[in-house]
Amino acid sequence: MSTNHVPQGAGHLRAETATAGAATATAPQPGWSPDQGSKDATFPKALVGVDERLGAAKMMRWGLGKVFPDHWSFLLGEIAMYSMIIALITGTFLTLWFVPSMGHVVYDGSYVPLKGVAMSEAYASTLDISFEVKGGLLIRQLHHWSALFFIVGIAVHAARVFFTGAFRKPREINWVIGVVMSLLACIEGFAGYSLPDDLLSGTGIRAMNGFMMSAPVIGTWMTFFVFGGEFPGESIITRLYIAHVLLIPAILVGLFVAHLILIVLPKHTQYPGPGRTNDNVAGFPVMPVYAAKAGGFFFVVFGITALVSALVQINPVWVFGPYDPTQVTAGSQPDFYMWFSDGALRLLPGWLEFELWGTTWSFNIFLGSLLLLPLVWLILGVYPFVEAWITGDKREHHLLQRPRNAPVRTAVGMAAISMYLVLALACINDILAIKLHLSINDLTILFRVLFFVLPVVVFFVVKRLCLSLQRHDRETVLHGWETGRVVRTEEGRFFEVHAPLDEYTRWSLVEYETPRPLGQLDGAPTDEHGVRRPAGPLTGLRNALSSFYYKDSITAVTPSELAAAHHHGEHEALETPEEAARIDQHGAPVSEAPGDDYYTKGLKAGRHS
Amino acid sequence: MSSPAALRRSPLALLVVLFLGLCFTGTAYAALQPSAAPGTSAATMSAEDVAAGKKLFLGNCATCHGTNGEGVDPIGPSLVGAGAAAVDFQVSTGRMPLPAPGVQADRNASQVKFSEEEISQLAAYVDSLGPGPDVPAAEYTDLQGADIAAGGAAYRTNCAMCHNSSGTGGALTRGKYAPTLMGVEPQHIYEAMLTGPQSMPVFNDNNLTPQDKENIIAFLKNMEEGGNSYGGAGIGSYGPAGDALFVWTLGIGTLIALAVWIGRKAA
Amino acid sequence: MSTHHDNLPATAEPAEDRFTNPGFPPHTPRRSDVDERAARRASVQVVTLFTISALASIAFLVAYYAIDPELKGSIIGIGEVNLFHVVLGLTMGLSLLGIGLGAVHWAKTLMPDEESVEERHTMASAQEDRDAVGRQLSHGWRSTHLNRRSALLGSAGGALGLFALPLVVPVLAGLGPRPRGELYTTNWEAGKRLMIDPSGAPIRAADVTQGSVFHVMPDGFVGAAAHELDPQDMMTSKAKDQVILVKLDPAKIKSQKQRDWGYDGIVAYSKVCTHVGCPVALYEQQTHHLLCPCHQSTFDMTDDCKVIFGPAKRPLPQLPITVDDEGYIVAVDGFREPIGPSFWERKRPGILMEDEG
Repeated sequence: MSTNHVPQGAGHLRAETATAGAATATAPQPGWSPDQGSKDATFPKALVGVDERLGAAKMMRWGLGKVFPDHWSFLLGEIAMYSMIIALITGTFLTLWFVPSMGHVVYDGSYVPLKGVAMSEAYASTLDISFEVKGGLLIRQLHHWSALFFIVGIAVHAARVFFTGAFRKPREINWVIGVVMSLLACIEGFAGYSLPDDLLSGTGIRAMNGFMMSAPVIGTWMTFFVFGGEFPGESIITRLYIAHVLLIPAILVGLFVAHLILIVLPKHTQYPGPGRTNDNVAGFPVMPVYAAKAGGFFFVVFGITALVSALVQINPVWVFGPYDPTQVTAGSQPDFYMWFSDGALRLLPGWLEFELWGTTWSFNIFLGSLLLLPLVWLILGVYPFVEAWITGDKREHHLLQRPRNAPVRTAVGMAAISMYLVLALACINDILAIKLHLSINDLTILFRVLFFVLPVVVFFVVKRLCLSLQRHDRETVLHGWETGRVVRTEEGRFFEVHAPLDEYTRWSLVEYETPRPLGQLDGAPTDEHGVRRPAGPLTGLRNALSSFYYKDSITAVTPSELAAAHHHGEHEALETPEEAARIDQHGAPVSEAPGDDYYTKGLKAGRHS
Repeated sequence: MSSPAALRRSPLALLVVLFLGLCFTGTAYAALQPSAAPGTSAATMSAEDVAAGKKLFLGNCATCHGTNGEGVDPIGPSLVGAGAAAVDFQVSTGRMPLPAPGVQADRNASQVKFSEEEISQLAAYVDSLGPGPDVPAAEYTDLQGADIAAGGAAYRTNCAMCHNSSGTGGALTRGKYAPTLMGVEPQHIYEAMLTGPQSMPVFNDNNLTPQDKENIIAFLKNMEEGGNSYGGAGIGSYGPAGDALFVWTLGIGTLIALAVWIGRKAA
Repeated sequence: MSTHHDNLPATAEPAEDRFTNPGFPPHTPRRSDVDERAARRASVQVVTLFTISALASIAFLVAYYAIDPELKGSIIGIGEVNLFHVVLGLTMGLSLLGIGLGAVHWAKTLMPDEESVEERHTMASAQEDRDAVGRQLSHGWRSTHLNRRSALLGSAGGALGLFALPLVVPVLAGLGPRPRGELYTTNWEAGKRLMIDPSGAPIRAADVTQGSVFHVMPDGFVGAAAHELDPQDMMTSKAKDQVILVKLDPAKIKSQKQRDWGYDGIVAYSKVCTHVGCPVALYEQQTHHLLCPCHQSTFDMTDDCKVIFGPAKRPLPQLPITVDDEGYIVAVDGFREPIGPSFWERKRPGILMEDEG
């Protein structure tokens, strides 16, 4: 086999595929082919009227033929999307019975342990949904589980987008939309979690009141305006309700539509691979495969959520009891997406509160809440622009990167996740303490240390790991893949037989580009007249960051390197063609030109260093 | 006539002293705690029981609590005034005798070293050291006519902050913890409230009346026997932590596995 | 200047020494593409999944009407549970999964699995379009006289800038009353009895034995009396008046002020955490530590409730108490500082209250 010199370009690639397909289609295929539709098929009569008014045929022709690449990681966003839809459907069901009022009632329903207990109408109606409405508990649990799946889906989807570089130009705006949606999803979740007015959620609202009050200058005003006066007031449930069922969902759905449009407009990104270029997209058309898979996945997600809701209890408000500001339960924590903030509140030391000119500044509180919450999403939102600035890359990117091929980004991302995780786990320090038989005080101190230490460790470990994987890829390209077969020559030398890569596999390992640090790119920057531009104050920072990101880069194997390796390999591993021939007889794969198409590598010598 | 010293040594004298002591105890206790529960009084215990109890005590408890129950600083507190309820709670839940020093004695049914009779003998002896709360009368632990809902309200005000609203326990400072209340004998729950073992504060009968205590126990028993059997497996009743654990492992894991299946080419 | 400048690679590799894209690999047919029996088998599987879904939907409806909602039963791995809920959930799940798995299996085995290729174009518009828009905007700017009459621009901008205020201000201002003195006061006052929460019984000093803990509310705000209150006042009172009452060995109390404000070792402290306001209700009677279950702030009751661990800064405020003529514990006075979480004006009540005088 020789290196295939197919000129790049979508047209050529398609032609190539067509001939390849024709060559292999030896058996009669019962499947689909582009011209499988009936020759006399006409536009459905039922839709003619719609087409006359809306031009439906044009839209359908465009829409039904759209191609979406097929990869499991592209379905992570769909988990989030479908969970949101499930939450909308089940949420609508719940509004029919839920009473968003803090008015007081005495419970007289069928749940005995609360009979005769004074509570808010919100809590009483939640109990009624759980015990009086037939199937209401199932819908409540579906709603809560789908909300959790929604946010988990967002998290894993965002991680996929981040680690594959899908946020790069031209998709930065969609990344920002997604970041805003994830923030709204968390707020939406917190509001929904608060509505039943049970002891656990009431404690959450109490904490929210506390951290809003900690804001300098405006804190007291802000809490009085949000709560309609002193805590707890009688408005907060009603206000959170309208935010939860109308305001935030409306914005979420609007952004969600924009998010989808911005996916379709530049066409979906795709993983690199043979035939896939920055100028094409290969996948399945909406009609019929993608529609069936994506539509089917909706039912799969819904079905799994239903099974989970059937078998696993969530938020048993009847156990917590109605909210009473004098009461509290052990193990008070919010749903997981708020853990990092609550965890930060547990870790921040008290000495961060101080008095200045008689006014009280509670950094121990608002650093972990009012500042941290927007800060996390701000960092997420600006990341694509920061990376683009560091890289100096203004091209469009439609091919994704394997995380190992962007080692520093992957390491930075993992370090950030570890930091987030430390805060999140700090929020369940009491549960961890009791489950792991540890001291809650020791755990808190440990988390304080880990918050600073773990990200650094994770950064270096992940970066090293990526670089090793990249080196491993280079090895594989240069020397073929290890077959695991060890062969002994007549002189007693041992070799592991390495099989050559086919060009398709090889392409996936060599296609990536490695940016070089800006400072080293072309010396000092010059303007259009070739005059040296004076380095601005930011240039130094930019070069430093660029060097931090790319100085250790490992470049992909080039054809000349591969040729050199072949040459090298022949001389070092196999002393003579005769020797190679002997190994061949001992069972190495048959090939026309030993030493060219398969390689053997001495196990005893570290000759690649 | 025997000498007074001989008299003091006679079992009868012990009985008389005990009787007088109990009379005083009873009066003092009644005066201090007008609504105190009339428990299985140690008065029903004979002097033989007290003597047997003393023997057990010297063999098993005196190392830490002193030969006369006066306590050994810092390893064992004084048991004068601890009362029969404390002994019954500590010994019949397997907490005492403490197998090894630690932050906290754990409930451990397999470590109960004494028979019921021996425990009551031990209790009689400790009670003889000084007045203390008695083992509760059966009428307060049979849960007849208890108000579950009132018990729940009292539980959430007085107990849930440590033992969790579902009664599954929670963490305290420096490795100490409030144990789960699920599966604990009503009598032991009652005794714990009455005597305040280890970190737990005392809830005397003026704070939580015997009826309040019975209500709380009834609430916990209801929780144990179906009060929370709605909506599926409770994942340990640890609230959002259990939910998160599930959704981040089995939950999203299942969906991702299915996504991988969808994305894979058929054979 | 080239219009394609934006799309030039900034870090171009030497183009000549790179591998070239080999193009799409040849398509390998699936079993169901070449084997009619495999295709038929796949089709039967899909039909089965759809049938399971339909049957599960019917089973759901039957269960909905036939099963007693109160019915409980035991399931392995779960324990006792309400069966109605579980059956509804399982049938609903099956009905949905049957459709989902069926559709996907159909797509994977019977629908075509040869990928199509679409071409991509850069997102940026052609220079011609950009120029046209530039001309349109310029036309709009000039034809509306905005370039010549600045008063037009100023007044239009001003009007647009202000029109939202009449809509926004009443909403914001109507959200709540502004804070005044509420944060500095509680319902505790001189002579107010401390009552047990939730029973509402008064407490004699002798009732408070060593090691015991009482959760306390002011007289008139707990027990039967609380039912007379406006529910909102009751809730506000619960949120700020809650107090924890314990008896300590007077010799162990480290602060003279604490001893003076207590009665014979009995001391009362606000139960509202000075961090974010959870009830600090976990009292360890051996260590005399008070622990907040929300963020683990730990207060030492023998040292005037100073913070010894966790994120809170300030000690819990103490309520001065004594005993009245009848022997019941009463407050000497209200709290002498604001209870609960910190806020900016905490030490400067004048900022919030000066216009009240």
